[in-house]
Amino acid sequence: MSLKIVVLAKQVPDTRNVGKDAMTPEGTVNRAALPAIFNPEDLNALEQALRLKEQHPGSTVSILTMGPPRATEIIREGLYRGADDGYLLTDRAFAGADTLATSYALSMAIRKIGMPDIVIGGRQAIDGDTAQVGPQVAQKLDLNQVTYVTSIESVTDGTITVTRHIDGGIERVEAPLPILLTVNGNAAPCRPRNAKLVMKYKRASAPMERPADGSLPYAEEYEKKPYLTVTQWSVADVEADLQQCGLAGSPTKVKAVQNIVFKAKESKRLTDSDEEVEGLIKELLDSHTIG
Amino acid sequence: MANNYSEHPELKFELNHPLMKRIVELKERDFRDKDSYDYAPLDFDDAMDSYDRVLDIVGEISGTTIADNAEGVDLEGPHHEGDRVRYASGTADNLDAMVKAGMNGMTMPRRYGGLNFPITPYTMCAELVAASDAGFGNIWSLQDCIETLYEFGDEDQHSRFIPRVCAGETMSMDLTEPDAGSDLQHVMLKATYSEKDGCWLLNGVKRFITNGDADIHLVLARSEEGTTDGRGLSMFIYDKRQGGVNVRRIENKLGIHGSPTCELVYKDAHAELCGERKLGLIKYVMALMNGARLGIAAQSVGISQAAYNEGLAYAKDREQFGKAIINFPAVYDMLALMKAKLDAGRALLYQCARYVDVYKALDDIARERKLTPEERKEQKLYAKLADSLTPLAKGMNSEYCNQNTYDAIQIHGGSGFMMDYPIQRYYRDARITSIYEGTTQLQVVAAIRYVTNGSYLSQMREFEAAAVSEECRPLQERARRMADLYAEAVDRVKEAKDQELHDLCARHLVEMAGDIIMLHLLLHNATAAPELFLKSARVYANFVDGEIAKHHTFVMNMDAEQLADYRQTV
Repeated sequence: MSLKIVVLAKQVPDTRNVGKDAMTPEGTVNRAALPAIFNPEDLNALEQALRLKEQHPGSTVSILTMGPPRATEIIREGLYRGADDGYLLTDRAFAGADTLATSYALSMAIRKIGMPDIVIGGRQAIDGDTAQVGPQVAQKLDLNQVTYVTSIESVTDGTITVTRHIDGGIERVEAPLPILLTVNGNAAPCRPRNAKLVMKYKRASAPMERPADGSLPYAEEYEKKPYLTVTQWSVADVEADLQQCGLAGSPTKVKAVQNIVFKAKESKRLTDSDEEVEGLIKELLDSHTIG
Repeated sequence: MANNYSEHPELKFELNHPLMKRIVELKERDFRDKDSYDYAPLDFDDAMDSYDRVLDIVGEISGTTIADNAEGVDLEGPHHEGDRVRYASGTADNLDAMVKAGMNGMTMPRRYGGLNFPITPYTMCAELVAASDAGFGNIWSLQDCIETLYEFGDEDQHSRFIPRVCAGETMSMDLTEPDAGSDLQHVMLKATYSEKDGCWLLNGVKRFITNGDADIHLVLARSEEGTTDGRGLSMFIYDKRQGGVNVRRIENKLGIHGSPTCELVYKDAHAELCGERKLGLIKYVMALMNGARLGIAAQSVGISQAAYNEGLAYAKDREQFGKAIINFPAVYDMLALMKAKLDAGRALLYQCARYVDVYKALDDIARERKLTPEERKEQKLYAKLADSLTPLAKGMNSEYCNQNTYDAIQIHGGSGFMMDYPIQRYYRDARITSIYEGTTQLQVVAAIRYVTNGSYLSQMREFEAAAVSEECRPLQERARRMADLYAEAVDRVKEAKDQELHDLCARHLVEMAGDIIMLHLLLHNATAAPELFLKSARVYANFVDGEIAKHHTFVMNMDAEQLADYRQTV
């Protein structure tokens, strides 16, 4: 059977290689210093979706992302790897959303796309690390859900079989479609960009990304090739309730950001000063632990 | 994420060479594919943008997947199972990534599923891959055998084999035999036509066949019974689906462990003729080898880059006598020279690749229509230039990559001798580059005719007239004086009229030519992008000045009488 699959993907600051300037003096993320990337576990999810598409001819894979116009890059990255199309949810009213408002917006967009057989996303995003959005979307759409998926074994007669990561092992689960899955980082890595697809889609863009003065290079191509225009939706387009979107729909309020140090037996607390780090290295060298 | 392409702007500089305009024009022919293929370029800028993006993909795959797998592949190596080869798991992983990225049959026309890329960006991909795993580089780059099948096979063979290669099937070129290595005229693998089977049957043994269990093989075999020289050899296509070729053994090698080097046994293997009978060695294998030599030159540059990167990183990191060793003249001298050789060698490689692109694109146009007299002239000119630079690019770069890995180990000191650092793998992998696809000594044999017929000298003289920057002018003047010394040495050898003396001096003359031409190419680059190349141009000028003096002294002091001192009588 052919499957309709929607991949939830997020553009995130790359927090894996954090330099000195990663935080602003106010304690918020300095987005200018961190490159925007495809959330790593969403790439794992995309790979699972693309594999299903290969195994089930006629299936479609759509990327759904919410963010500023530049988040269209995530959709292009998906198209370069084999996704069929993408939807960008973008509107000032979506800004400042916590996980509740985000899952509301995403669920409204999925309704507008038309109910898929499978909604799949990464377990969590590396900026918020909440792992809440996937389960909340499932709840809002009244879908079954399986979290922490490491691989999809099969989809037959409306039943999906997956393995999921649990403490101390893995669990094999069967569930009926439609379903929402969140995928773990130890699932198969995503395939690389494909040369032909990159050449085909490199100019794909959302209308809001394009120059306002109409000076669009190769403008005539967009008339000939509808696939070069990424679908872009506002709050009104997905018929969302403004009160449930963005900051207005977000009960979460950040009071303060703190460094948390995990306590363990015989632990030693260091500041990030060069002296302290060097002192530790010297101590380890002296005890012949390293060197 | 590590990316071998975006981290090395020198490569992108080579991509943007002015000659690319002509190459793209010849390859894309009024951009006629743009309405039939959604990935075909609309104009020159669009084509160049696509090359850049595709190189970025290959740079990422080689900087991540291939680089991460390299150590495991080196330790595991391929497996001999029954009569077949199973790649090391990392190799299979690498191949899968490259196939999924659509990097196979890159230079083939779009109608067969290819990308219609020129040789130049394809060669850049080969360099990027080899920089992370030279052995995997072989398996992947053997796709360029398809060029020869495309050039000399018929329509029917094109439509049956090229799409398979574009879809990711691998290739091999089965040339060497136990008694026919450098001397391929003595190939004995027997090809007999079977009326009953309606095809050729191959019988015999091949040895040292890279990726010998490939899906599609090009095989050099003796089709003319009773002959003993190169004129009795033809080229055949063997399809593994036919069966009849078994892998008897995988060699245990010093380096390039990921690349299975096989001994093959042919037992009534069904094969088909590619091109015409008797032209196997004299025409087709020569074409095949020219492509392969460019590939090894690219592999060598890739390894040189990797060696430089490893040496540089270690020198920055390692402290002795209270400071990072990169601050010591003895160490930075090595690094500066490594970088200069790398930049000079790369300039030569891509100059050669561009020449190949121009004439091969014209060859291809000639299959569609008659060339104009100007185009024929252009085709001849660039074919000659390409033929003259190919042995230099292969010979010089393979020697440079050995020198660079040697120096990189030296910078590592005792740690470099341990198996714990990646540099030992590059050092072992480098060693084959100056041996296979024709040893450096055979590259000299191929190149010496361009010494004696004046081709290299006229290329140098032409470069001397090129406009260069203020800073490069004194270096250009030095290059002119070097060319005078070169011309003097060439004349002396010619005047001696002694073949053995000529053969003994050949290496010196060819190296001089390579040195001077590379210096000119670096001056061109340093004029356009001083921030990338000016230091290397100066360092290289100092280095080759000494080299030229050394070779000049040798040749001028040499005469036939001294040959007796060199001869090793058995």
